[in-house]
Amino acid sequence: MNPHNKSIDELKQIAAQVRRDIVRMVHAVNSGHPGGSLGCTDYFVSLYFKVLNYKAKPFNMDAEGEDLFFLSNGHISPVWYSVLARAGFFEVSELATFRKINSRLQGHPATEEGLPGIRVASGSLGQGLSVAVGAAQTKKLNKDNNLVYVLMGDGELGEGQVWEAAMYAAHNKVDNLIATVDRNYQQIDGGTEEVLALGDLRTKFEAFGWHVLEADGNNFETLLPALEDAKKATGNGKPVMILMNTEMGFGVDFMMGSHKWHGVAPNDEQLEIALQQLAVEAASDY
Amino acid sequence: MKEYTYTEKKDTRSGFGVGLLELGRTNPNVVALCADLIGSLKMDAFKKEFPERFYQVGIAEANMMGLAAGMTIGGKIPFTGTFANFSTGRVYDQIRQSIAYSGKNVKICASHAGLTLGEDGATHQILEDVGMMKMLPHMTVINPCDFNQTKAATIAIADYEGPVYLRFGRPAVPNFTPADQKFEIGKAVMLNEGTDVTILATGHLVWKAIEAGHKLAEKGINAEVINIHTIKPLDDEAILKSVGKTKCVVTAEEHQMNGGLGDSVAQLLGRQLPAPLEMVAVNDSFGESGTPDQLMEKYGLSTENIVAAAERVIRRK
Repeated sequence: MNPHNKSIDELKQIAAQVRRDIVRMVHAVNSGHPGGSLGCTDYFVSLYFKVLNYKAKPFNMDAEGEDLFFLSNGHISPVWYSVLARAGFFEVSELATFRKINSRLQGHPATEEGLPGIRVASGSLGQGLSVAVGAAQTKKLNKDNNLVYVLMGDGELGEGQVWEAAMYAAHNKVDNLIATVDRNYQQIDGGTEEVLALGDLRTKFEAFGWHVLEADGNNFETLLPALEDAKKATGNGKPVMILMNTEMGFGVDFMMGSHKWHGVAPNDEQLEIALQQLAVEAASDY
Repeated sequence: MKEYTYTEKKDTRSGFGVGLLELGRTNPNVVALCADLIGSLKMDAFKKEFPERFYQVGIAEANMMGLAAGMTIGGKIPFTGTFANFSTGRVYDQIRQSIAYSGKNVKICASHAGLTLGEDGATHQILEDVGMMKMLPHMTVINPCDFNQTKAATIAIADYEGPVYLRFGRPAVPNFTPADQKFEIGKAVMLNEGTDVTILATGHLVWKAIEAGHKLAEKGINAEVINIHTIKPLDDEAILKSVGKTKCVVTAEEHQMNGGLGDSVAQLLGRQLPAPLEMVAVNDSFGESGTPDQLMEKYGLSTENIVAAAERVIRRK
């Protein structure tokens, strides 16, 4: 039912357009989180234009017969908003309202204003995995064979609730769930291994009873097969975890590889440089 | 003056357990979650009859609130069960973001509220939960008074779309409300009409308010006693009507003054109908170990405290 089964070349063009949206959105309000958004763009584009089974219109909160996606690290809302708009959940022109008064595009994703595509608020970290596990259990009760996806940041794994949910999902064999950690090794105050070392996440999640895969989140050629592998690993009695290596700020050279662009918007000059680097064959900026 | 009688004392938490079981039989969308307190919350019967709709979460309340929020997506109506302390303060942010702000149809069912939890002491005796929950936009806050009313409230909230905090307790208290009562969220229940003073009580203090009404009658004071089982939304109309008549009011609750029923009533009257107000509530203090009766007496939540408050407030008219 995915209406957007695109080729890799098409996905790359969409990703470049989404990255243009991201830098323009945060620039317009001089706030927001470009770094993680750019790093996760290829993942979001893969999900909404290749992997997920969904219906954008009319948006159905209960998602019966559809795959579900939750964003736990809600601060990377720009990438989600852009991808939702470009996948047809709402008008692309609405991206211009991001973080502005009376907008449905809140700083962090919310349901309060009724933005199609969002099913739970996120921003206060560590909650998305629990919500996704609950939704996955409802899918099982409803005999709905579609899958539940959730993305978390790596710094977010400092929250204890994530590990509560990880224990619970394995104990209850929630195997219709594909969680992904955006492993960019960065958080606000610096590197994840300096702030509070996460160490060997594969071993940790395996010890918690998860099926763990690794993926390069900034390379469609390997990310798409990894997402396929994750899908194949569902239904086997274990929740599935993708440890996805990404580079914060990917696609804009001066934003890459540093936590400094976690929550900072580019100025006018920086925006121009970024847009030059994010050239698309037929740009359709909002 | 109406006489209220009861044949037995029962705990309100058992009213919840019986109500939940009935919901299991009548509403296939109802699911239940518990954080390692099945016996305390009286969820055993539901678990036994509907194992596929019962989720043991373990000692992980934050996860439980997130799970419940997620389970609503696809049409389930989750009832979470743990102590009131762990249903509120421990998981405030989870409730705030994933349930209240997200408008999720979760029923947060909280037992062992207040001092009457008894010997476990202040770590478990939450007296701030109503305040925390009523401050959350979209949240409905209900504190029924006895077994029958707790059962009726449990059943009623399943038919209401939106997040609800349902507060009940551990001790056996007089079970005097009708077994076949229809529970209306937000609708105060008139127990005894009077003209001299309005007594607004909630939860375990409702029976004490009825007793206080009788003691006041012996002194020639005609008290109006009203059961405020729903603290949010408050039945403004019923309260204003009563205080308009009696010109003074006593509130009674097993909760801190800050944030409780008395606080809600003070706000209402301050805005619309200023009148002398006395609050029977815990005054900015933690509890301690003791029997429920000892604690209620020591912290000023007895029938006599309500009587004294009524006499004080009448003098202030």
